Amino acid sequence: MVIPLAWYLIVAAALFCIGLYGALARRNAIGILMGIELMLNAVNINLVAFWRYVRPQMLTGQLFAIFVMTVAAAEVAVGLALVIAIYRSRDTVNVEEIDLLRG
Amino acid sequence: MLLPILFIFFSIAVLGFALLVVTTRNMFHAALFLVGALFGVAALYILLEAEFLAVVQILIYVGAIATLIVFAIMLSRNMMRRDIRAANDQWVEGAVAAVLLFALLVLVLSRASWPTVTAAAPPDAIPGIGKALVSDYVIPFEVASVLLLVGMVGAIIIARERE
Repeated sequence: MVIPLAWYLIVAAALFCIGLYGALARRNAIGILMGIELMLNAVNINLVAFWRYVRPQMLTGQLFAIFVMTVAAAEVAVGLALVIAIYRSRDTVNVEEIDLLRG
Repeated sequence: MLLPILFIFFSIAVLGFALLVVTTRNMFHAALFLVGALFGVAALYILLEAEFLAVVQILIYVGAIATLIVFAIMLSRNMMRRDIRAANDQWVEGAVAAVLLFALLVLVLSRASWPTVTAAAPPDAIPGIGKALVSDYVIPFEVASVLLLVGMVGAIIIARERE
């Protein structure tokens, strides 16, 4: 029995929504970054599932997933560097206390 | 009959680990659950016959990104003992938004139909990816390398201790 495409899409949608909740509801800035990583993974599952089920002879889906991973690596490196810099100057990584730009 | 069972097992593992990632109080445990979720996604890639991506997923996400997150958690350690609550004041709105988005996506997915084909996965996918990266996709490939370099230099500059 072949697994239907919709199963993968629903799992990816659920993973995306869990990541969205993490990005919206976490107090810790690193927790927010983890939520974003989950969302990016959900997108990658979608890309690979569409590659496998709709256009298996073209590799566009897999290549896009590779580029998403590359961007995710750069994003998490810069994001964590920002978190560490904020922690050094403000002694917290709680996003509710990081309000330098509040008017 | 084996494939759907494996799919359901790994899907439940991924979603369960992901829920733990966003709800656990201890950030260090959350990072370990994130590793579990990323391994589960790699397993889903293998079920989709994208073996190269599964290996890349484990190398980049588990090997590099998860390690980096663990380092950052250890460097900002006093957060772990002071932070009692895991969620901020807008977690109810966040949960409502996430559930509504999921309901919308399921509604759309249940009505859509895609032109799926039952062709087997190409046996030469990995050489194909290599060739595509240096022919059709050479510009994104080069831009990605510059992006990684800029990201690395930027991360070092931002996180560096200033005298």
